Amino acid sequence: MSEITRDAPRLSSLSSRLQLSEAGRRRLEGALIPLIALLAGLLVFGAFIALNGKSPEEFYWLVYRGGFGTWFSLQNTMTRAAPLLLTALCVALPAQLGLVVIGGEGAFVLGGLAAAVVGPLFGFAPGPVAILMMALAGICAGGLWIGLVGAMRHYRGINETISSLLMAYIAIALMHHFVEGPLKDPASLNKPSTVPLEPAMRIGEIPGMDVHWGFAVGILACLAAGFVLSRTTFGFAARIAGGNARAAAVQGLPVGRLILAFTGLAGAAAGLAGMIQVAAVQGSANASLAAGYGYTGILIAFLARQNPVAIIPMALLIGGIDAAGGFIQRRMELPDATVLVLQGILFVAILVSETMSGRLLPSRNAKS
Amino acid sequence: MFEINRRRLLKAGAALSAAPLVSRINPAFAASLTAGFIYVGPRDDYGYNQAHAEGAAAIKDMDGLTIVEEENVPESDAVVKTMESMIQLDGASLLFPTSFGYYNPFVVDTAKNYPDVQFRHCGGLWTDKDPKNAGSYFGYIGTAQYICGIIAGHMTKSKRLGFVAAKPIPQVLLNINAYTLGAKSVDPEITTQVIFTGDWAMPVKEAEAVNALVDQRADVLTCHVDSPKVFAQTAAGRGAYVTGYHTSQAKLAPEKYLTGAEWHWATVYKMFAEKALAGEELPNFVRGGLAEDFVKISPYGPAVTDAAKSQADAVKAEVMKGGFAVIKGPLKDNKGKEVVAAGQEYPESAIELEKMDYLVEGVIGSTS
Amino acid sequence: MNTDLGLWAVPIAVLGGMLRVSTPFLFVSLGECVTEKSGRINLGLEGTLVFGAMAGYGGSYLTGSPWAGVLLAGLAGTLFGLLHAGLCSLPKVNDIAVGIALMILGTGLAFFFGKPLIQPAAPMLPGLSLGGWSDVPQLRSALEVSPLLLVGVAIAVCLLFVFRRTRVGLILRMVGDSADAARAMGYPIIPVRVAATAFGGFMAGIAGAYLSLYYPGSWNEHISSGQGLIAVALVIFARWNPLACLGAALIFGGAGALGPALQSVGVTSGYYLFYAAPYVLTLLILFLTSSPRRALEGAPRELSITK
Repeated sequence: MSEITRDAPRLSSLSSRLQLSEAGRRRLEGALIPLIALLAGLLVFGAFIALNGKSPEEFYWLVYRGGFGTWFSLQNTMTRAAPLLLTALCVALPAQLGLVVIGGEGAFVLGGLAAAVVGPLFGFAPGPVAILMMALAGICAGGLWIGLVGAMRHYRGINETISSLLMAYIAIALMHHFVEGPLKDPASLNKPSTVPLEPAMRIGEIPGMDVHWGFAVGILACLAAGFVLSRTTFGFAARIAGGNARAAAVQGLPVGRLILAFTGLAGAAAGLAGMIQVAAVQGSANASLAAGYGYTGILIAFLARQNPVAIIPMALLIGGIDAAGGFIQRRMELPDATVLVLQGILFVAILVSETMSGRLLPSRNAKS
Repeated sequence: MFEINRRRLLKAGAALSAAPLVSRINPAFAASLTAGFIYVGPRDDYGYNQAHAEGAAAIKDMDGLTIVEEENVPESDAVVKTMESMIQLDGASLLFPTSFGYYNPFVVDTAKNYPDVQFRHCGGLWTDKDPKNAGSYFGYIGTAQYICGIIAGHMTKSKRLGFVAAKPIPQVLLNINAYTLGAKSVDPEITTQVIFTGDWAMPVKEAEAVNALVDQRADVLTCHVDSPKVFAQTAAGRGAYVTGYHTSQAKLAPEKYLTGAEWHWATVYKMFAEKALAGEELPNFVRGGLAEDFVKISPYGPAVTDAAKSQADAVKAEVMKGGFAVIKGPLKDNKGKEVVAAGQEYPESAIELEKMDYLVEGVIGSTS
Repeated sequence: MNTDLGLWAVPIAVLGGMLRVSTPFLFVSLGECVTEKSGRINLGLEGTLVFGAMAGYGGSYLTGSPWAGVLLAGLAGTLFGLLHAGLCSLPKVNDIAVGIALMILGTGLAFFFGKPLIQPAAPMLPGLSLGGWSDVPQLRSALEVSPLLLVGVAIAVCLLFVFRRTRVGLILRMVGDSADAARAMGYPIIPVRVAATAFGGFMAGIAGAYLSLYYPGSWNEHISSGQGLIAVALVIFARWNPLACLGAALIFGGAGALGPALQSVGVTSGYYLFYAAPYVLTLLILFLTSSPRRALEGAPRELSITK
C-alpha cells in the first residue's frame, strides 16, 4: 500500500506532463489501478507462500512455466479460459445495471443439457446446422433461466443475488435428474450421460491449435459486449440505469426491459458456454457439467471490474493459474487449494483498489 | 500460529506429509520411468482415492521409478490437461487416471494423441477398438461384498441391512446385490434397504441417510460413496454395525466395525511398474479379485461371531479356488421379474455383470 | 431394538433432520441478521463457515477439547468478519463483492491448512438427550440434540429482545435504516457495522464447528454444501426477524431430511427433485411474500440488496 501512495504524486505529475484529457486520465487510471492491485496481491501471496516455508520465486516461476511459458502451457491456459469468458459475461452484463447475479452455474448446466437434448433431434441435418440449433438451445435455456431471475427482480422485487443462487441449486438438481433418469443413455453405464453426439455435431479445434473454437467464441462475445456497452444507445441506457435507476425512469428509460434484456443476455452467454462444453469437450451431458465454471466466472467478472473486454485478460490470468495449479501441486508439494488462496487474495486486492479510483491520478479540476 | 500448528500436524500425520516428490532415479540403474497418478478427490479420504494413493505409495520406492501425483482433478477436460502436463512437463510415460469418469472421451482421446505413453485407467471398459496404448484395470469387489454380506447376515438381529449409495450405476448395483445375496445365504428373510445420496461426496446427506436407515431398523450398514468416514462414524454412533468399503474404516469405529471390502491396488501398480521398467509390454485389460489379491477383506472386528467367521472363511476358500459365482440363477429382481434363469451362472469375471441394471429380490430401493 | 414405525418414520426423520441439520443454518442466519440490520451484507459467510469447520476440527484435535475447537472456530470467524468489515469501510468498496472474494479466500485457506486434518479423528461435541421420556428408540435418537442448537435458540430469543427493547438494538437498527439519521444523533456508523459484521463472522465460525464437530462430525473438503450461502438467503426469507430465522432454519433442515426419509420408506424415484425441495421451497416463499411496489417489510433501508 505504502508503495502505491508513494507513487501517486509521481504518476499524477506524469498525467499532467502527458497533457491527458479528463477521459484519458480516467482511462489511464482505470488501467493502472488494477495492475497495481494485482501486483500487490501477488506480493501478499508471495509472503504467504514464504511463511509456509516455500519459495515464492519458485511458485511464480512454475505459474509462468505451467500457465504461459510454453506453447503447450499457453494452450492449456486458453482451453481453461474458454468457458470462463462466457460465464464471466453472465456476471458482468447484469452488473452494468447494478445487479449481482451469482447463479451462472445454473444457466451453464441447463444450456449444456438443452444442447445435448436438441443435438440428436437434428441428426438428419448437416453438422453445422445441428451445431447451430444446439447453440440456440443452449442460449435459450440459459437466457430463460437467468431472464427469469431478472423478471422476478423486476416484477416481484426479489433480490437477484439470492434468487440466482437458489435457481443454480435447482438447475443442477434438474440436470442430475434428467441425465440420470429420463434422458439417460442406457449404454452410458457407470457414468450416466445423455446419448453421445454424432462426430459431425462436435465442435472442433481451432486449426493449428489444441484449443477448441469455444475460446474464439468467448473472445468475440466479450468484444461484442464491450462494443455494445460503449458504443450503442442500448449500452448507454444501461449505464445510466445502472448509475441511478430512478433518474433513468424519470428520463423515460425502460428500466424493466433493460433488466430483462441484460439478464436474458447474461444467461444466454452462460448457456452458450454450457453448450460449447457439451459440443466441444464432453460429447454428452453428464454430472461433469457442474464443475464450477459458473462460479469461477464471478471471480473473473469482478477481477475485470465488470468490463467485458477486460474479462479477456482476466480469464487468461485465472485460466493460467488453474493450468499451473496441478504442476505446482506436483513440484512444490503444495495443496491444490493454494491456487484458491491466490485467487482469493487477488480478488480482495482488486476490490480494495476500487477505493483508489479518482485518487491515484486526481483530476486537475478537482485539485485546483 | 498456523505455522506451528501445521508443523505439529504434519508431524502427527506423518503418513500424509507426502514424501518428497523429488526425482530419485538411481543413475546406476538403466531403466527409469515416471508414472503419474491422478485422483478425483483428496488422497486421504478414507475411501476411493486413498485406496489408490496407498497403491501408489507402495511402489514409490521401486528403483528407477518416479511417482507424480495430482489430486482433486475434475472429470472434465481438466484431466486431459493434467495428463498432458504430466507427459510434457514431468516426462511421465505411464499414467493412471483413477476415476471412472475420466475414461471416455478424455483418456481415450489423449491416448490417441500420445501413442508413446501408456494409459491405464481404473474401471473403464477397454475394448480392442480403443487405442492399444490405453487399457483398464479393475477389481471384482462384488465378491468381497458378498462375503461382507455373509458376516452382516449373521450379525443382524432385525434382519434388515442398510446400504448408503451414491448413484444407481452398474458397479454400485452389483455391490448392493452381492451384499444382499451374501446376507440372504445366511437367512433368506433378510432385506437390504438402499438410499441413494445422488453424488459421490455428500457428508450431510450420507449422515442423514444413515439415520433414516437406522430409524427403519437396519442394524448392519455398508456404503458405496467416495469417502466412508462420515458414514462409518455416524452409523457406529447410532449403535449399528458397520462393514466398510474402499479401505478399512476400523480405526473410526473399532467396536462396531465388522469387516469390509477393500481394494488392494498395490498388486496392480506393482505389476504395471515392474513390466514397464523391464521394458515388457503392458496388458490392456486387467481384472482380478480376492484370489489375485486385487481386493481384500478387512480383518474381522471384535464383535464378529465364530459362526459368522467360519461361514465367511469357508466361502472365501471357495472363492480362492476360482469360478465362484455370486450372481446365479434362478434370480429375480425386486420387481419380481426373472433376471437370471435357473442354471445360468455369472462368475465374477463375467462381462455381463459390468452392465447390471437391476436390484435383486430382497433389496428395497429402485434403480432410477 | 428399534420399533417398526411404518410411515410414521417420515415425520420422525424430518423432525430429527430438522434438529440435526438446521443448527448451521440457524447460527449463520442469526449472525447475518445482525450484520444486515446494521446495513451491510456479508456473502462471504460460506467461506467463514468452511474455515470455522476446519479451525474447529483442528482446535479440537490439537487441544483434545471440542469446546476449545468451537471457541477457536468462533475467533477465526470473528477475524474474517473484521476483515470484511474493514475492507467494506473503505470508500467505494462494495460489500457484496468483498463477500464473494472472502468466500473464495476463506474456502481456499481452509482447504490449504486443512489437508493434514482430513485423516485424524478429533474429539466430538457431546449431545443432549431430550427424548428420555419416549420409549420409541427412533424418537429418542431424533431428540438427541447438540447443546449448540439450544444455545442458538437462546441467541435467537435474546436477539429479538435486543433488537426490540434495548438501546444497542435501537442504535443498530438506526445505523442500518438511515446512516444520516444515526450520524445526526451522534452514533458511530462504522464501528457499529464493524461490530455487527464481526458478530456475524463469529456465528458463522461456530456454525462451521458444528458441522465438523457434531453433525456430520468430520472435516473434509465437501463438508459444506452451501449452508453459509443459503443462510444468507434465509435471512431475507425471515424478514430480519431472529425468531423467523429460527423457523426458516428448521424448515430448511427438515426439508433437507425429507429426501433420505422418503427413500427409506420406499418412495425411491426422483430423489434429486426431493433433494432440491429446500431450494424450491425457499424461492417459492420469497416469491409469494415479495412485492414490486414496497420495500421488504422489516428490511434495513441501508442494505444494498433491498434498495
